[in-house]
Amino acid sequence: METELTLRIDGQDHHLTIDTRTTLLDALRERIGNTSAKKGCDHGQCGACTVLTDGRRTLSCLTLAVTQGGAEITTAEGLGQDGGLHPVQQAFIDHDAFQCGYCTPGQVCSAVGMLAEYADGWPSAVTEPGTTAELDHDEIAERMSGNLCRCGAYANIVPAVQAAAPRREGTNAGGAR
Amino acid sequence: MKPFAYQAPGDVVDAVRSVAEDPAAVYLGGGTNLVDHLKLGIVSPDLLVDVTSLTSAEITDGDGGGLGVGGLSVGAAVRNSDLAADPRVRERFRVLSQALLAGASGQLRNMATTGGNLLQRTRCVYFQNVSTPCNKREPGSGCSALAVPGRPAPTHDGAGWTRNHAILGASEHCVATHPSDMAVGMAVLDARVRVLGPDGERVIPLTELHRLPGDAPERDTVLEHGDLITGVELPPMRGRSAYRKVRDRASYAFALVSVAAVLDVADGVVRDVRVALGGVAHKPWRATRAEEQLRGAAPTPANFRAAIEAELTDARGVDGLDGGNAFKIPLAAATVTAVLRDLAASETGDPR
Amino acid sequence: MTEMLEHQAIGRGPARRDGVRKVTGTAPYAYEHPVENPAFCHPVQSTVGRGRITAIDTSAALALDGVLAVLTPDDAERLANTDDAELAVLQTHEVAFRGQIIGAAVAETSEVARQAADLVAVTYDQAPHDVVLSDSRDDLYRPDAVNGGFPTDSNEGDIEAALAAAEVTVTQTYTTAMYHQNPLEPHTTTARSEDGVLTLWDSTQGVHPVRKAVAKVLGLEPDAVHVVCPYVGGAFGSKGQLKANTVLAAMAARAVPGRSVRLALTRQQMFDVAGYRTPTIQHVTLAANRDGTLTGIAHDVVEQTARIKEFAEQTAVSTRSLYAAPNRRTSHRLAALDVGVPSWMRAPGECPGMFGTEVAMDELAQELGMDPVELRVVNDTEIDPDSGKPFSSRNLVACLREGAQRFGWADRDPAPRSRREGNQLVGTGVASSVYPVYRMPKSTATVRFSGGRYVAEIGAADLGTGTWTSLAQIAADALGADLASVEVRIGDTRYPEASVAGGSSGMTTWGSAVVEAARAFRAKFGADPSDGDEVEAAVQANPATDDYAMFAFGAHFVEARVDADTGEVRVPRMLGVFAAGKIINARLARSQFLGGMTMGLSMALHETSVMDPRFGHVVNHDLAEYHITANADVGEIDVGWLDEHDPHVNAMGSKGIGEIGIVGAAAAVSNAVHHATGVRVRELPITLDKLLG
Repeated sequence: METELTLRIDGQDHHLTIDTRTTLLDALRERIGNTSAKKGCDHGQCGACTVLTDGRRTLSCLTLAVTQGGAEITTAEGLGQDGGLHPVQQAFIDHDAFQCGYCTPGQVCSAVGMLAEYADGWPSAVTEPGTTAELDHDEIAERMSGNLCRCGAYANIVPAVQAAAPRREGTNAGGAR
Repeated sequence: MKPFAYQAPGDVVDAVRSVAEDPAAVYLGGGTNLVDHLKLGIVSPDLLVDVTSLTSAEITDGDGGGLGVGGLSVGAAVRNSDLAADPRVRERFRVLSQALLAGASGQLRNMATTGGNLLQRTRCVYFQNVSTPCNKREPGSGCSALAVPGRPAPTHDGAGWTRNHAILGASEHCVATHPSDMAVGMAVLDARVRVLGPDGERVIPLTELHRLPGDAPERDTVLEHGDLITGVELPPMRGRSAYRKVRDRASYAFALVSVAAVLDVADGVVRDVRVALGGVAHKPWRATRAEEQLRGAAPTPANFRAAIEAELTDARGVDGLDGGNAFKIPLAAATVTAVLRDLAASETGDPR
Repeated sequence: MTEMLEHQAIGRGPARRDGVRKVTGTAPYAYEHPVENPAFCHPVQSTVGRGRITAIDTSAALALDGVLAVLTPDDAERLANTDDAELAVLQTHEVAFRGQIIGAAVAETSEVARQAADLVAVTYDQAPHDVVLSDSRDDLYRPDAVNGGFPTDSNEGDIEAALAAAEVTVTQTYTTAMYHQNPLEPHTTTARSEDGVLTLWDSTQGVHPVRKAVAKVLGLEPDAVHVVCPYVGGAFGSKGQLKANTVLAAMAARAVPGRSVRLALTRQQMFDVAGYRTPTIQHVTLAANRDGTLTGIAHDVVEQTARIKEFAEQTAVSTRSLYAAPNRRTSHRLAALDVGVPSWMRAPGECPGMFGTEVAMDELAQELGMDPVELRVVNDTEIDPDSGKPFSSRNLVACLREGAQRFGWADRDPAPRSRREGNQLVGTGVASSVYPVYRMPKSTATVRFSGGRYVAEIGAADLGTGTWTSLAQIAADALGADLASVEVRIGDTRYPEASVAGGSSGMTTWGSAVVEAARAFRAKFGADPSDGDEVEAAVQANPATDDYAMFAFGAHFVEARVDADTGEVRVPRMLGVFAAGKIINARLARSQFLGGMTMGLSMALHETSVMDPRFGHVVNHDLAEYHITANADVGEIDVGWLDEHDPHVNAMGSKGIGEIGIVGAAAAVSNAVHHATGVRVRELPITLDKLLG
């Protein structure tokens, strides 16, 4: 069954007539021509399709496009401003935090969303209850665990995210583990 | 995937009416489980009724609503990540915040709702594969986890891959487990579930929401078609609490065994204790036998272990592929003992 | 001896040239190549493990709006060459394994294609299937050769006599699981057949090998097949050989001429038709003197292949060259089963084989009461025991020494279960690593001067390995030019023929071709070429292989922590030190090593494809249940390498680094877990149930 809707992707509106079955991921990749978000598993098990929905990291493979009218979707392609790279993207290049690059746009979006969550004071599974987490190796690794990387770049992803994190006074967030 | 219609009604009453009237209609929440299942062909509804913007996305203090001071009322549309991060939840219901954070990934927690998480379905690999028999998916077809009915098995018969399967409360028809961490955290809190059905609203104790499989494994819960979870009530809690999840990966994996526990020690004895297990049964498993045995007893590791071993007297492993799942029995005993030991140590300030 | 390059760009660590495209997601992978109005193809798979298709009803599928074609064995085009049964897609009604491709739907949208595929109704005459590997089967057979063309067996001296006479022996059985490569990018193709040319945007480790193989199957001239693949979303061997999905995509495109057709296997389908590493059962015997000197080594392997096509993993071959001993035996025996065809996966042979050998060495060290590093040092050899040739360079001992120092090995109490911190049992383990230096026989490169820049073209691949960047470094040094003035073009059959990206041979093979072309270019046009000047040259055979055995070596050190209550294993620390010749790009090489080590950690702790013998398929066929390491599983990984100078391997002095990082890593983890707990896990993966209690 088809329906009409407008998707707002990376600041641009796209008017579509779309199958109700179409996921946001397939709408991006197969209808709109934005292939930044990747399909790795199509079932929410790898994170390669991660996008930001109204600033929050979500999985576009488990999101039906028809539910997304009015949402602000950002892909890794639309993260940078004025044609430049987002600091997280630059840090990924500097730290060689990827190899094949297929999980990378999802990792980048996830890192951007995760840093915002951290800035909002959200805890993770490894945060000592009742404390405010330092953004150390274990915190980043746990918070980024929804993004699988088969090339095994985790040991570079963690320092890349750490380097891109906004510095806080009196912390050593940028330091190596 | 079969085509379906999509509806976003204006209020919950309309939503409930739409689903109740159409046997092939289902609710759409965060979508993390339903969209997965649509793709796999596990469900093929004609109509999706989107309720994400209809039920409450608020967490409110319960003192006005008869819950008592310190209680919380959680709307069904509250996302898992918001519930886990809420300062009141972190402060008053540590076990629930930890359970939520142990589940899935940051992205999935941003999507999954409180109501939807309670209704997520088993991760049994045979349930998830429409080319293998499954009584839960197709009643009467057989349970592939236990044995494949009527299939010529020249070299192999017997059970399937049961690593994620139940050791408690299973039946000959189904040995699946409920995969939610959040539900285990709520079970130990004596949470109550608010449900709106075609005939009005009712409240169900969370421990009575999910069923054991018995001879009707196709029914995960006591809800009837058209029933919509609108929220969860958390009564005030006394004591210390914790959630521990044991799994095959350090993160982003379902539980082999998980333990939610609340321990209240006074005057050197256990004043109250509540324990729930995940990954071991078709529902979050309240260890009531262990709880009874521990109330009034000294909070010692030996007592904790004796109590959980009593609880596990009826536990049975399935001797399946890759070693089966009998290891979960000692694992559950060890994990419960460790969680209660650590809670008791933090209670008394003893270094462990 | 090859004339060595003067290293200028080589050895530095420039960032990836494709970095911006990858972090923004704008690098086009096979499914993403922009085409007009694409159609979509979804495969139909068998749901029985063996048998014969008696009927296929496509009427419901064809009745769907938007369906363009349904392909079945009833009416699919007849292929020109069906010698390779894996590639003889839709040519027979016989079902050889569960999940085999037996049909496909082509439609206007991916949703409709998938729905149509689901609606194809198939009935079977089912036959009993047999998918269970065991070393007690009575039908195990000896293949003529094993992968890589190595002899199936080797035998020198008398291992039984050595065993009988030995002061200390270890005889154990080790098993590795069935593994799926699981690159994050599934096997995908965009295909178009138009005006007599078949164009394939295919996710592959080699555009030229795909062109050749597809042309043969379809009966086309190679010139009529154009294959493009600038980016590959991971492969790990699984995209090294043509597979059924690409043939199907080509057939689908030919069924709707002029239309581009996209085909992506689902993650679940990849577990059925995209290759895997065979499970192995390894019997390892070590005989030694009290001082640790090995007197005998035997490594006898049982593994599986598919009934329709043989693939014999060379699991015991590296054991032939790693340590010296007068009495040595290796063998490979296969069970042919009703399963999909096993294939290459990162370090086929070395990876599973070094689990057996290197855990056995740890067991021997324990028996001897000897430090496991010292045991390996004692058995080092300057002569390859297998070929009798000297090694062109062998720095295993230096890797072990450097690693031990860097890791803090000296402080280690050798007694198992001797260190406890809080609730954690702590242990450390070591293992050796080895990987051969391969050079493929064919690869050609072009060097051209164009618009003031040098352009090197070769139909090579970048799997994430860094070819875009490292080939440019090689070309720059071979030309004596600035790195910035060199452009590299790869991943297209428009460029000269290049070998498959396999066997860690890319830099040796393609790099040598580029060096040949660059040198020929300078010889012909000098230092001041004119616009359009161009030379093509090919890699040459390396005469030094007549005189030298060529291998890279390494040493892994691992710390494991095991929860005393639950048996959960964590690895907070890994160190790998490698001697792999000249490192072309320091930044990218480090990533290659740590990627291999991370995959080795994954193999050690998580990975196993669970074959259900009752149905005949892998039941945990997705990324929720087939666990690969997640970020939180990985602690600190330290990578180091020796500054190794080997003038014999090639003009760069490089040995190839894509695979050695995984070799031995799982053994080091198992050895560390044993040191922590006293429990010896000989069956991978090391899951907590094996450590409980």
